[in-house]
Amino acid sequence: MAEQSPPSGLRKSYQTEAIRLLKRLQELRRLPALTGTNYSEEIKRIQERLESLRNRSDSAVAWEAVQLARHQDRPQTLDYIAHMIPDFLELHGDRLHGDDGAVVAGLGTLNGRRIALIGHQKGHSLKERQERSFGMARPEGYRKAMRVARLAEKFGLPVVTLVDTPGAYPGRDAEEGGQAGAIANSIRVFSVLRVPTVAVVIGEGGSGGALALAVADRVFMLENAVYSVISPEGCAALLWRDAAEAPRAAEALRLTAADLYELGLIDQIIPEPAGGAHNDHRATAKRVMRQVHLALAELERLGVEERLRLRREKYLRMGRYTIASPK
Amino acid sequence: MARYVTVQVTRKEPPTGAAPAEHCKKCQLPLSKEGLEQSWQVCPHCGYHYPLRAALRLALLADSGSVTFIGEELRPTDPLEFFDLRPYTERLAEAQLETGLTEALVAARCSIAGRPVALGVMDFGFMGGSMGSVVGERFHRLARLAVEEAMPLVVVASSGGARMQEGLLSLMQMAKTVAAAEIVSEAGLPYIAILTHPTTGGVFASFATVADLILAEPGAVMQFAGTRVIEQTTREKLPPDFGSSEKQLVHGQIDLVVDRRELKARLTQCLDLLVGGRVADAGGGEAGG
Repeated sequence: MAEQSPPSGLRKSYQTEAIRLLKRLQELRRLPALTGTNYSEEIKRIQERLESLRNRSDSAVAWEAVQLARHQDRPQTLDYIAHMIPDFLELHGDRLHGDDGAVVAGLGTLNGRRIALIGHQKGHSLKERQERSFGMARPEGYRKAMRVARLAEKFGLPVVTLVDTPGAYPGRDAEEGGQAGAIANSIRVFSVLRVPTVAVVIGEGGSGGALALAVADRVFMLENAVYSVISPEGCAALLWRDAAEAPRAAEALRLTAADLYELGLIDQIIPEPAGGAHNDHRATAKRVMRQVHLALAELERLGVEERLRLRREKYLRMGRYTIASPK
Repeated sequence: MARYVTVQVTRKEPPTGAAPAEHCKKCQLPLSKEGLEQSWQVCPHCGYHYPLRAALRLALLADSGSVTFIGEELRPTDPLEFFDLRPYTERLAEAQLETGLTEALVAARCSIAGRPVALGVMDFGFMGGSMGSVVGERFHRLARLAVEEAMPLVVVASSGGARMQEGLLSLMQMAKTVAAAEIVSEAGLPYIAILTHPTTGGVFASFATVADLILAEPGAVMQFAGTRVIEQTTREKLPPDFGSSEKQLVHGQIDLVVDRRELKARLTQCLDLLVGGRVADAGGGEAGG
């Protein structure tokens, strides 16, 4: 790529395209102006596309966020609980099959308000990470989440979820135990839960395994959290046929909090302490729980039916498409 | 950096559903193109189910002449300006050209054995049947239509999962379609999902598994995670029939395995038993549920 230098300040994933477009532009400009041939339309289109490419932010941002979001010392669900919910009572089991350590769920008091809190727990030490499957939940994890969410609904407690997972656990037992159905049903339960709900992506929002705990009235993201339909590595392996292209895939997927806020898919970005959340667990937890508190206070002012209507409409509106005009 | 896992669907045959040349790939017995067409792309000797294109699936299930397309004017766009080795827009244009479809889900109002039904059919040939914004919105409109006209919702799934090129917007279609299916459920109307090969990832973990009844074709593979991901993560070799309809039935994840040649009859029976006998004058398609 050395011989052709792309416009500066461009994300790497767009460099290849920019180079291709510049070459084409040169070709078009060199072509003799034949009668009846008009290239101005294509030239204009290419120039517009180049302009939009130049507006992209710095190439390293997305990949840095991925690294920070996965940082081993980043605060996890149990750290938030330790700092903000002194009376937390952890509940266990899905009443069907088992108790999944990748999902922590329980009851407690946040700023004087009784809540249910459910979150992924990746684990810090190697031992804990293994015990908790690196935060990758099995069906019993999602079923525990649903059970506790329903319990909260019965007693009128708002539900707060903390999302931090590479994805749902990819294993034979999980698949045979109904992983897909568990995720789908978790999405369904959270979409109709009658109590106020707030979800915060605190680290890695990995695909369906994250979404299963991330359907809520308000969805927040920490500044360096990421949230994506597929891991950058998985995307790179499929589309670039090379997992090493993950940084490019990370940019292309628009998975940072800033990108997703711009796309209107999350409601708010919560700033992290200098250098990242791992530098100060207490400060991070305070900031997150402060925003959760404010959001719950606002949501509680709405009637149940109104809140459910707004939540449903929000999800039914999601998507970008065009309408073809009749020929 | 570690070489990471990938999410890939094992495509057992060309996505366009091209029929094998002369012999069935399963039983090796002679197979003519015409013979296959007559049996809805099912091997008449061994019953192997080849992929069925959306148009043929509509012909299989809907009463002749009863189909009206819904949300056909919806077209995919490129909200992320996604560019990998090729631009998303180019991949879309190619898929549209190759399949003659505008997106991976065809939505229709039709009648099935005389009963009005909101029917959705996915086509794996359109970018692996992946779910982006248009698939989600067509599903949504279909669900709304089912409620407005008090019809059952029936969806035939075939999908590699969420569409990467629309990023998180695609993931959100999982929440959107589940919310849409819930509207149908709240109206007390039946929703039946028919899972065909393959139904995986984000589609399997959203609207495909919140249906009242889940039917699947023989040999169809249903998995949330891809085989390679599972094998790399757990270092366990999966059996060749892992995730197949027959296995899903054993594990309690689906209601019925139904041969394609009996699908319409069995679907009709399901609807009859759920919401009562069909409209007296079959083919009329006048009365609602």
